[in-house]
Amino acid sequence: MAKTALQFQHNGRDVAIFVDGGTNLLVALRELIGDMTPKFGCGQGGCGACSILIDGELHLSCLTLAETVAGRSVETLDGIKEGPNLHPLQRAFADNFAAQCGYCTPGMLMAAKALLDRNPQPSRAAVVEAISGNICRCTGYEPIINAVLAAASGGRARA
Amino acid sequence: MTRHRGRGIASINYPIGMNLGGDPSQALVHSNPSGKFTVALSSIDLGQGMKSVTRQICAETLGVPVEDVYVDTADSDTGPHCMGSFASRGTHRVGNAVMMAAREARGVMMEAAAEELEVNAADLETDGRGNIHVKGAPHRSISTKDVAIAAQFKQGKTISGRGIFLVPLSDVDPETGEMSPATCYAHACLVAEVEVDDETGEVAMVRMDSAYELGRALNPRLVEQQLVGGAWMGISHALYETPEPYYPDPSHGPRDFVEYLMPGPGDICPHDIAVLERPAADGPFGAKGPGEMCANPVLPAVANAIFNAVGVRINELPITPERVLRAIKAQGGARPQARR
Repeated sequence: MAKTALQFQHNGRDVAIFVDGGTNLLVALRELIGDMTPKFGCGQGGCGACSILIDGELHLSCLTLAETVAGRSVETLDGIKEGPNLHPLQRAFADNFAAQCGYCTPGMLMAAKALLDRNPQPSRAAVVEAISGNICRCTGYEPIINAVLAAASGGRARA
Repeated sequence: MTRHRGRGIASINYPIGMNLGGDPSQALVHSNPSGKFTVALSSIDLGQGMKSVTRQICAETLGVPVEDVYVDTADSDTGPHCMGSFASRGTHRVGNAVMMAAREARGVMMEAAAEELEVNAADLETDGRGNIHVKGAPHRSISTKDVAIAAQFKQGKTISGRGIFLVPLSDVDPETGEMSPATCYAHACLVAEVEVDDETGEVAMVRMDSAYELGRALNPRLVEQQLVGGAWMGISHALYETPEPYYPDPSHGPRDFVEYLMPGPGDICPHDIAVLERPAADGPFGAKGPGEMCANPVLPAVANAIFNAVGVRINELPITPERVLRAIKAQGGARPQARR
């Protein structure tokens, strides 16, 4: 089968790859670009571990055809750190013990980032809703919700 | 439709590790030329904090800063043997092995330091900040880094230690068959409050209150993290997770996270936890371990709370809305019990 040339922005860098028709974005990111931060959980959109941002909007990369991101901007966990520093959300996750095995963490962080990008001071209910597509086995969610709220109020303190 | 509130309680004794003796784990500790230490294990850290807690135990035993200890683990091909991360055994079993290894390494380190300072090793102590000095004379001091370099490049010593923890085999009383199944028990009590919808059979968690006695909490934040998260694994077993329908064969079981359910962020409730510390005689620095126990009392407490709310005793897991509804119908309606 002929491969299709595909160009898009990956964490602010232009990338060009060749994909088979039907390749999903998760496979393209992990296997063709080598960005292992989006995780394969279920491959069916049921767990949120593969969450990424496309043009700033939250998407499940396992349910996104790679070819649909041509010319668009794809952001993964690998791109959210600020230079050598952790992103405030990453710092808040560490401070609040919001990760244990860590498999859901990239998806949780991207879902949280999508929320804070559009609503920098969310309510607790808004945080719960924002991560409701993401399953976590270890933490009981409470530390994750607290971390997102802490990152949000930390942002306010700096402003 | 009525939503009924109910409260249930459960208490547990949890034996740490595998029972009736054996259950070994090993650890090796050695110094690097930089004066830092490496703990070699093959115990798995799956997010529960095995690496953090063994690092703390090693640093405390050696008398060096925790930053000076690295834990290299999880390769069972090359690491010293470990039975595994299960049965709440990690902190207790592996921690004891690390302590034994670190004690031996500390002995060599103090001998090497004594040779450099030209004193008796028994007169030396560590300051916990990376230095070894003569008791009562802090100026007669040498850094662990200089000791490590002298041991390796001058004295020809390896600053290292071996550790293993093995529970003695329990004797069996020939008359009664009685034996001691475990050497160390942790304890917990949990109160669950639920709301049961008598029209849909759905059970919602309202709140949990618990107390855990788990020996000394070597890392209180990690203990809390385990107890907070583990309770929801218990809820998940109590109310959600099942491979059913499993008929006529497993291919009819749930295929994904849409069918195999777990609690989501919207299902959680407040959980107030009290940690009680009663140091274990045979635990490293008195530690037992929170492990599996985080989930265990939740299941019976939830089942009891459902009985308290609507008067049905469900003895199959998980307690699905269908099971609750069928049981309520079978007894001719919800029968709330006395409020507890």
